[in-house]
Amino acid sequence: MSTLHTVNKSPFATTALVSCLGHCKDGDAVLMIEDGVYGGLAGSQMAPIVEEMGKKVALYVLTPDLAARGVDASRLLEGIEGVDYSGFVELVTKHDRTQAWL
Amino acid sequence: MSDVKKFLYVNRRAPYGTIYALESLEVVLIGAAFEQDVSLAFLDDGVFQLTKSQDTKGIGVKNFSPTFRALGDYDVTRLFVERESLEERGLTEDDLQEIMYEDEDDDWAEKPSIKVVSRAEMADIMADQDVVLSF
Repeated sequence: MSTLHTVNKSPFATTALVSCLGHCKDGDAVLMIEDGVYGGLAGSQMAPIVEEMGKKVALYVLTPDLAARGVDASRLLEGIEGVDYSGFVELVTKHDRTQAWL
Repeated sequence: MSDVKKFLYVNRRAPYGTIYALESLEVVLIGAAFEQDVSLAFLDDGVFQLTKSQDTKGIGVKNFSPTFRALGDYDVTRLFVERESLEERGLTEDDLQEIMYEDEDDDWAEKPSIKVVSRAEMADIMADQDVVLSF
C-alpha cells in the first residue's frame, strides 16, 4: 500500500512540502506540480531539507510546470524524475491513493 | 508638494501558480498612463517572475514574462530585485532575463532596468515611497 502525494505550493511560501515530506511513508511518491516544482531546485535554501527528507520516497516534478517557470531540468536536485501529464496519470494508477497537499 | 508621487509595486509571488503576478503587471501598465514615478520590487518568490526561458505551452496559459521587456516604453525603468531572495532560491542575476530601457536624458543609451539590491537597500527603497501596492 502506498500513497502518491501532490504538492502545488512553493516551499518558500508555505510549509506544504515540508509537512508532506514529514508525513510520507516508505514507498510513497511525491509529485511536485504548479508552484510546487520550485521544491526541486538544487542550491536553494530548501534543497538540503528536500534531499534529506526525500530519501525514503520517490520524488517527481511535472515537466510542463517546470518549463513554464523557466526551470531547466539540469537545475533540479539529483534523483528527481520529471514526468509529463500521462506520467502523472500513471503515478496515480500505481499508488493506492492520491493525497493533495494544498 | 508636486503632483507626481512615488509608487512602488511589491511583487512577492511566483508566476502562474496564482494570478497575483499577472495582475500586478496589468496594474503597472495601467498605472503607467498616469505619469507617476514608478518602481517595481521583486522579493521572496516574486524573483521567479523574472526568470529566463519561461515556456508555458505545456500548461495552456499565457507567458507574460516578455511583457516585462516592454515596461521601458512606458517609462517604467526601475526593477529592483532582492539579492537574498535570489540566493535563498539557488538563483543568480544570470538566471533573470535581460530587460533594457532607452535613457532619454543620456542620448537614448540602452541601460538595464533590473538592479539587484540587498535586503537592507530594499527596505530603504520601500521607506522612500509615497504609495506601496502589494501583490
